[in-house]
Amino acid sequence: MARLVFLGRLEDLAGAAERPVAAGPLADLLAGLEPALAEALQARKVRLALNGTLVERDGLVLAEGDELAFLPPVSGG
Amino acid sequence: MAADVRLATEPFDPSAEIGTFARAHEAAGGVVSFLGQVRAGEGVEALELKHYEPLTLPGMRALAETTMARWPLAGLLILHRSGMMQPGEPIVLVCAAARHRRDAFAAADYAMDHLKSDSWFWKRERRGGAWHWIEPRAEDHADLARWG
Repeated sequence: MARLVFLGRLEDLAGAAERPVAAGPLADLLAGLEPALAEALQARKVRLALNGTLVERDGLVLAEGDELAFLPPVSGG
Repeated sequence: MAADVRLATEPFDPSAEIGTFARAHEAAGGVVSFLGQVRAGEGVEALELKHYEPLTLPGMRALAETTMARWPLAGLLILHRSGMMQPGEPIVLVCAAARHRRDAFAAADYAMDHLKSDSWFWKRERRGGAWHWIEPRAEDHADLARWG
């Protein structure tokens, strides 16, 4: 299994701060989510961090134990 | 010397922090501090800041390093709250100590502009019993552009 982490308003949309998912390609994983959530996660402004490091989404594949965080635009401190 | 960078999940005492910082840098001629606090009034009942552990504190540390490299500082403190806050409570404290005041002013200003616009915090307010996420403000990005 891998884990998705949702920050900011994405947490409300997902209904939880985290969600366990099967490891595999990000594209497959998004296809298995609720359409509204999948669409929000794919917004251009949402950045991704894999195990604490910012990454590009193209071609991303999650391995066992990976944590993928979805980071909407920050609202400032 | 290394900056003091902290992410606090409980309320902090700004005057105690400023006092400790100033005493630790007595050789510096100037200490500039900025305190950001939750606005009272305007119907805001509570403010919640969320952070992402793997990114937020490392990002603050990187900002402190950049700030220290840009101005000749004797010391720098960046202290930021996360979690639930009430109106009037401190959110962020930046202190910069330098031999000359202009360096301290500029460094504190620079650190604040970057904390506001590109640090990893998500903020929501409770108004009328309902939570509302705060969207990024265009002004914050304009503030950032001042620094090139």
